[in-house]
Amino acid sequence: MIKHLRSAGDLDAATATLILDTAGEMAALAGREVKKLPTLRGRTVVNLFYEDSTRTRISFEAAAKRLSADVINFSAKGSSVSKGESLKDTALTLQAMGADAVVIRHSASGAPHRLSSWVDGSVINAGDGTHEHPTQALLDAYTMRSRLGRLAGLKVAIVGDVLHSRVARSNILLLTTLGAHVTLVGPPTLIPNDVAAALSPATKVSYDLDSVLPDMDVVMMLRVQTERMQDSYFPSAREYSRRYGLDLARMRRLPEHAIVMHPGPMNRGMEITPEVADSSRSTIVEQVANGVSARMAVLYLLLGGKA
Amino acid sequence: MTRFLIRNVSVLGGAPSDLVLHDGFVAAAADGSEDVIDGSGLVVLPGLVDLHTHLREPGREDAETVETGSRAAALGGYTAVCAMANTSPVADTAGVVEQVWRLGREAGLVDVQPIGAVTVGLAGRQLAELGAMATSAATVRIFSDDGFCVGDPRLMRRALEYVKAFDGIIAQHAEEPRLTEGAQMHEGEVSTRLGLTGWPAVAEEAIIARDVLLAEHVGSRLHVCHVSTAGSVEVLRQAKARGVRVTAEVTPHHLLLTDELAASYDPVYKVNPPLRTASDVAALREALVEGVIDVVATDHAPHAVEDKECEWAYARPGMLGLETAFSIVLSVLGERWELIADRMSRTPARIAGLTGHGTDLAVGSPANLTLVDPSARRVVDPGELASRSRNTPYSGTTLPGRIVATFLRGEPTVLDGKAVK
Amino acid sequence: MASPRADTTSKIILGESDLHRVVDRIAHQILEKTSGATGTVLLGIPTRGVPLAQRLAARIHAFEDIDVPVGSLDITLYRDDLRLHATRALGKTELPGGGIDGRRVILVDDVLFSGRTVRAALDALNDVGRPSSVQLAVLVDRGHRELPIRADYVGKNIPTSPAESVRVSLTEVDGLDEVKLTGAEK
Repeated sequence: MIKHLRSAGDLDAATATLILDTAGEMAALAGREVKKLPTLRGRTVVNLFYEDSTRTRISFEAAAKRLSADVINFSAKGSSVSKGESLKDTALTLQAMGADAVVIRHSASGAPHRLSSWVDGSVINAGDGTHEHPTQALLDAYTMRSRLGRLAGLKVAIVGDVLHSRVARSNILLLTTLGAHVTLVGPPTLIPNDVAAALSPATKVSYDLDSVLPDMDVVMMLRVQTERMQDSYFPSAREYSRRYGLDLARMRRLPEHAIVMHPGPMNRGMEITPEVADSSRSTIVEQVANGVSARMAVLYLLLGGKA
Repeated sequence: MTRFLIRNVSVLGGAPSDLVLHDGFVAAAADGSEDVIDGSGLVVLPGLVDLHTHLREPGREDAETVETGSRAAALGGYTAVCAMANTSPVADTAGVVEQVWRLGREAGLVDVQPIGAVTVGLAGRQLAELGAMATSAATVRIFSDDGFCVGDPRLMRRALEYVKAFDGIIAQHAEEPRLTEGAQMHEGEVSTRLGLTGWPAVAEEAIIARDVLLAEHVGSRLHVCHVSTAGSVEVLRQAKARGVRVTAEVTPHHLLLTDELAASYDPVYKVNPPLRTASDVAALREALVEGVIDVVATDHAPHAVEDKECEWAYARPGMLGLETAFSIVLSVLGERWELIADRMSRTPARIAGLTGHGTDLAVGSPANLTLVDPSARRVVDPGELASRSRNTPYSGTTLPGRIVATFLRGEPTVLDGKAVK
Repeated sequence: MASPRADTTSKIILGESDLHRVVDRIAHQILEKTSGATGTVLLGIPTRGVPLAQRLAARIHAFEDIDVPVGSLDITLYRDDLRLHATRALGKTELPGGGIDGRRVILVDDVLFSGRTVRAALDALNDVGRPSSVQLAVLVDRGHRELPIRADYVGKNIPTSPAESVRVSLTEVDGLDEVKLTGAEK
């Protein structure tokens, strides 16, 4: 088993499949009355969050607690070089406390890589800058497999701000590893030129959402931050949602079986309309539930064996 | 005064002969009064000259001082270094450049030639008192806002014109500021994969293109700092072919290292301009041999541990260079001694107007020289470096060549590979 | 050159027909001890306890035409020795339709040794329901208990030394039916 989960690229197909299978068992356990398992008793998991993300932190916390790990929440929001303790000093503190795993969310890409050079325990990336968010990709893949029965051969459109999206990067890597075909859709300003060469040669790029939709099994809408407008990535929210937003008319272009995903939090009315978000094709609520199972699987597989 | 006889030493790869140093100059013959150094297997070069060194004093003496940087330079075979202006306070007045110059003289290990800032506080809004710095004791000839680009085209034009009065030269850090906001590394496949904001090659190339046109227009001298892309080489090649008075430097690290190293997220590889691709490296090497790029300059940039032992985005850009530059150039160019002497000593001395440096080792020349052992190999240990900082990208790497001795005006600053003081 | 196994002895304890006979005997004992297997559920412990439980149910059906619900109970997440080994993949936990509350659960495993697996199974069982009683059926009891646990149904007692290992093979998992005792290296 791997020691850290810093990038979805750390996972080969066998390991990724093992995580998804394990997540399936964890999900089955979630349905019963006693949800707690003794598996990680005596183990310490630190949630080191340099960015506000209540949903991700709660998801990891629930996952760790269901496995009986001791959870320490370390919120270092607002920390940077100028204020507060350095990441390295924090790492040495966590090391002294005997953290078996550190779940880190950080605004700087690569912070989990740096952290893993300073602590002995496992490092789990819960989102680093504009780099990756591998557990989100795992829960997304798990959700697709649950809904559609397979991943190999699935056609997945990832729509929106790929350039700044850690969710997109991790999904491209993981989905390709598991045999799905990814098409990136968005304005050219938000799709990096060399994304296929950088992440996965089979990745396709389209600037036209309407032409892509009829062929897709999954369409994953990315959150688009309105401050991108100030940086001239696109002219206005209205133009963005007209060209790349998913509304009912566009959703009807999808095949009957296709599902709509969103990592949350949504900008309703921007990249997705409320009717689409709340439709039966939307997996947005399932994704949240599956997040706990996927993270339990990761924690178990990283911490459940000999160190 | 000291006298040395270096026996059986090869001058720039020529047949072994004896080299005599008397009272600061190369002498014709030994008279028995000399200390003898066995030069067998060693090559003597004119003392190296660095056009681009950050000595950090005043302001960041925790990272480097004029003295520690001078020692690092001497150990690297240098007899003169040009100290960049981005100190704290900025070297934008006669007072600050004179302070640096005086500290260099006190250290006495290399000639420290201060570079003056182009604009007040490196802010890019108002010209600094360039003339006052030029006529100060430091006799500044090179002006640079290095670390920042003189982005305003009108201000750049004025600076280029103004320094003609005292044969000055503007050394531009070519980085279009709007195209590099928040930039962390070379924009390309690797930055896309790593999720680090890209520093596009065009941001450098666009400024160089603009500046060579400005220099051509006003008939001034322009020097381009740390050229890093194949496209920049093309712009320079065309400008030189037209007769524009432009010179350019490349750093040792841009001749060797690529952006793939950022995959570790270890900020020891974070530098500005960033490490580029293998094809850029190939183009830079070719341009250096060809003379499109005139000199190798270190951009020696010491940083305190806390500025590198952190997240990539929070780290300061820059890497050490003085103590490894010769070895990197030797590994890149091979034992082409004339070429090395030209790119690391003669041409930078000429650009900087340092008349006592970069001269041939003929009888009567100033004895500024360095003695190197090309067959030696060494493993770089950051803990053994003379620099106060440790941010070398070559930690643990085996490099060819070793500086055995360095002489500044006939006085040894390094003997047997160790600093004399 | 001697093969690595040259110094170990290996002995087949149960061949295919012996193994079938032993399973039949356990099935009969269950019927006898549970008054016709009423209110009884068989839960196999993965990996080899699961096909064993299915076989027992099939034999009970063959003998008395009674359908005993069969399920599986994975105990990996309850093990007390997780940190001594590389991470284990999880097995399946599948409870039969009617659940286990108020029923007699018979845990089925291939080998009873230290008793730690059964201890973990009891913990796991406790989290999934409340059976009226719990019994244990094993194909082989090889002794060396480390906990106060005993089996209600034992196919065969095999005296062993702690260094020896008992290897149960089942067609469903391994492609053949046999029980083998492998000696310690000398």
